Parts: sequence; C-alpha cells; structure tokens
Amino acid sequence: MRFDSALGLEARRGPVAVAVKVLLYSGMVLIFTGPLVALLISAFNETLDPTAFTLWPDSFTFENFVQAGERNVYLYLFNSFVVVGFGLLLQVIVSVFAAYALARKKFRGMSIVMLIMLTTMMLPEEIIAIPLSLVLADLPVLHLDLIGTYAGMILPVGAWGFSILVMTEFMKEVPVELEEAARIDGAGELRTFFTIILPLCRPALGVIGVFGFTMIWDQYLLPLIVAPESGMWTLPIALRSLRSDEEVGIGVVLAASLLALLPSIIAFLAFQRQFMRGLTSGAIKG
Amino acid sequence: MTPTPTRARRRGALIAWAFLAPALLLFLYFKFIPMFTGLTMSFQEIRYIDSQWVGLDNYRTILTDDAFASAIWHSLVLALGTTAGSLVLGLGFALLIEGPARYLWFVRTAAFLPVVTTMAAVAEVWRIMYHPGDTGMLNSILGWVALDPQPFLASEDSSLLSIMGMSIWRGTPYDMMIFLAGLVGVDRTLYEAAAVDGASTWRRLRHITLPALRPVFWILFTLAAIRGLRVFVEVYVLTNGGPNGSSEVLMTLIYKLGFQTGELGIASAGGIVLFAATLLLTVLVQLMRRRQAAS
Repeated sequence: MRFDSALGLEARRGPVAVAVKVLLYSGMVLIFTGPLVALLISAFNETLDPTAFTLWPDSFTFENFVQAGERNVYLYLFNSFVVVGFGLLLQVIVSVFAAYALARKKFRGMSIVMLIMLTTMMLPEEIIAIPLSLVLADLPVLHLDLIGTYAGMILPVGAWGFSILVMTEFMKEVPVELEEAARIDGAGELRTFFTIILPLCRPALGVIGVFGFTMIWDQYLLPLIVAPESGMWTLPIALRSLRSDEEVGIGVVLAASLLALLPSIIAFLAFQRQFMRGLTSGAIKG
Repeated sequence: MTPTPTRARRRGALIAWAFLAPALLLFLYFKFIPMFTGLTMSFQEIRYIDSQWVGLDNYRTILTDDAFASAIWHSLVLALGTTAGSLVLGLGFALLIEGPARYLWFVRTAAFLPVVTTMAAVAEVWRIMYHPGDTGMLNSILGWVALDPQPFLASEDSSLLSIMGMSIWRGTPYDMMIFLAGLVGVDRTLYEAAAVDGASTWRRLRHITLPALRPVFWILFTLAAIRGLRVFVEVYVLTNGGPNGSSEVLMTLIYKLGFQTGELGIASAGGIVLFAATLLLTVLVQLMRRRQAAS
C-alpha cells in the first residue's frame, strides 16, 4: 500500500476504479473549462442564437471579430494594453525598489512602513472608490485632473502591497556576502542593486509580473471611475455597454469577451510555475 | 576616509527612504488620502459648492434605511454562501486530485483557469448560460435530467443564488489549490501508522488530514469572507442589483448612491461601514483561530 495522498485514489488501479476516476476527472475539467470552451467555439460560429452557446459549430467565421472592430472593440483592447503595460512596468519598478529597502536596510520606522503595507492590503479598493474619484479629479498639492487619462488608471495600481511583500521575502534570501563583495569592489548603491540583487531576483520578478498582470487586467471599478467617455474605456468595462446596446449583436459581445479573457489565460499558462509559487508562498492576495 | 558608523547608518536610512519613496507616495495619494477624504465626507452632506457637517446623520440614514438593511443582508448571504461553497468544494476536489501523477497535473491546471479569468468577461459568459428560456445552456442541461427550466437571474427568488453559483465556480479552484499545497505538508508517516492500526480512510481523513489543514482553512475563510463582502463586479454585470433589488449588495448600492444619485456623503458612510465590517470580521476570525490553537 502506498501513502502519498490522503485518499490513496491513485493507487487504485482496478477497472471500476479507473472508470470512476476517468468520469470524475473529465467531469471536473468540463465544469471548470466548459463555459470558457463554449465561449471560444461560439465566438467563431456564424449563426448565433442570442440565448444559447453553440457547442457544435456549424460554420467557422471571423465575422464577429470584424464587426467587433466597427464597435471600437480594438480601441478598448488597445486601452487595456496601454494600462496593463505601463501599470505593470510601474508596479514592478516600485515593488523592487521598496523591497530592496525593506529587505536589505535597517532603519528606524521600518515597522511602521510594514504596517502601512499591510493596511493597504486590508483596505479593499472598492471601499475608497468614491473618495478616490474625487482625489483623482483634483490631486492634492499637485492639482492635476486625472479623470479621462491613462495616468488615472495607471498610477493607482502602481504600488501594490502584495508585490512588495513577495519581493521583500525573496530578497531577504539573497546572501549578504555577494553585496559586500560588490561594495568592496567599489560599486555604489544603485550599481549593487542593478547588477547583483536584481538579476538574482529574476524568479520573483516572474511571480510579481504574472500576478500584477492579472490584477491590473481585471481592474473594473478604477477604469469605470476614471473613464467616463467611451474613448478611454478598457475592454472589461466596455463589455457591459456592448451587451446592453440593442444595435450590437451577440457575436460582437462574444468576440469581445473572448479578447478580454485570453490575455490573462495566456499569461497564466505561460507563467504557471511562477503563478503557483506566488499563490502558495503568500496566500495573502488582497 | 571611511565614514563613522553613525554617519554610515544615517546614510543607509536615507537610501532606504529614497528607495521606499515611490511606493509610499503612491500609497499616500491613492490609498490614504482617499481613505481620509472618505472618512470626512461621511460626516458631511456633500453639495456642489458648500458642503455641510451633519455629524452622524449619514450613518443614521444607513442604519435605518431599508435599502441598506437588505443590501447588507444580501452581502452577508452572498459572502457566506460563496465562502462556504468554495471551501467545501475546494477541499473535496483537492482530496480527489491529490497526487503526483501527470494527468492530475493536467486536471489541476484546467480546473484552475476560472481563477485567472477576467471577472467582467466571465460574468457575460454566465449571463448567457443563465438565460431563463428553455434554450439557455444551463436550462438545456437541466432538461436532460428532466428538470423544469429555471429563471435564474430573472427571478427575485433565485437572482442572488445564481450570482453565488458563478462566484463559487470561480472561487473553488483557488481554494482547491491552496488546500493542495496544504496537503503536501501532511506527515506521510502518520498515514502509514494509521494503516498499521487498521484505521479506515474516513478516520484517517478526520484525524490526520483535516486537522493538518486547519490553518489553511482559516486563512481561506478570512480572505474569502472579506472578498465576499465587498463584491461588486459580479453583481454589477450580472443583475445590477435586480430584479427589484433582490440581489442589491452593499457595493452596488454605494456605487449607485455615489455616482448616479450624487449622495456622496451617504455613499462614503456606507464605505466606512463596509470597512468596519471587514475589519471586525478579520479580528473575529483571528481571535477564534487563536482560541482554537490554544485549546
């Protein structure tokens, strides 16, 4: 008898057990991927019933994606990519800098900074949505109006407690000796940071990169607040209006939904290892 | 000349703050200032030109208003239902697909997909699946097993449950993954010892596996409950609170008050109440956990 799992299902090899397992596992895959597969098939199908998905395509077509262009779907997609591109870049830079200070330096007030991080993670962004919209319309001291700009959607996701903490934990593991050796060779602070610490943190960069991507791509309330005009909409917030517009067919909605889903699914499949690592290293996603 | 120790330390601290500055500045502008603004707004009647202090009036409105009472109730039901459903199913699935085999890895990856999907797009997909007519996808499936078609989102009786169904679908794989990670940590020699003692699978599960998963369970519970209380996108896209307010949750109500009716003060007070509830829940769960760990 083997003991590598709680139920020991894997060790059961009898014909009945195998049949049950095949049924069970295919059922699971079906439940969790079924809706996504149905969308994938229907988005490329020609004759569409607005009430149902097509699981057996009768004709393959790109027509839905062509029509999507007429409804500005690619503009929304472009906006989404601008926000996620610059947002992620900012988020990663901010996180590695902050993590460097938290992991490698000793200074007064460090525990307060840690408390600040945890508070921001405890504080659901949904709750501050309304005051945030006022702050974004007139930034204190700077007096900038970020409503209707990319910056309004990018800057608020720039600092994320989760990324900073994951990065900090990882940087703590980098041996101090390496840093000291670089110092003795006369390398300055920034040089040590960029040539010694950062290259060693590449695995963690993958983790915060893929988490940051899905987090920013999934933003909903923020673009909803920041982009009142349809020209600045991101794809996720455009979906609802596309659907409620009588003139837009179901095909366009399906094509747009598929386009909104694919990037984060691809990011997940490409960076699966990093994703699982981030998930289990800190089940603290806020 | 080498710097004196104190000066070196001061230099180190200065560098640390410089590296932290971007993060702190962004937090200040987009978390703390809004939080503070929200708090002050919650004591005011916000008007276009001169806002007035009204003390606790906004809070009184919330606590006596029927719409708020039912929204709070719906949020609680949705949060607890989603949390419980995802936890139970997540644990069940985790136990079923535990193991090192290659095909199990495939099942895990496939099952995990809902977690990384974009909420707004998934909600559109589920809206179509929930189509109330008998041609709707889920109703067709119900038809195969000779069940009557359900109205799902279209009825006051089932709108909240239908939203819960989608949230559980999306939450289960996440819990499953975390449980799986927890299962790896269970001591295998205990299983062996239990087998020697002739313990059944059920007893082994109950006395070895489940106790080992307890910390994981509490983390997941807290996270899911907090996330459940602040749910917005699911409801906003699927029903927008309807039909007839039957699925209105706190966040959709706050959103409507803030951005559609312009009742910014009341909306802010609602946000503060939601924050307080979240905080209270977290503290309560932590206390319960501590107590359990002590006993």
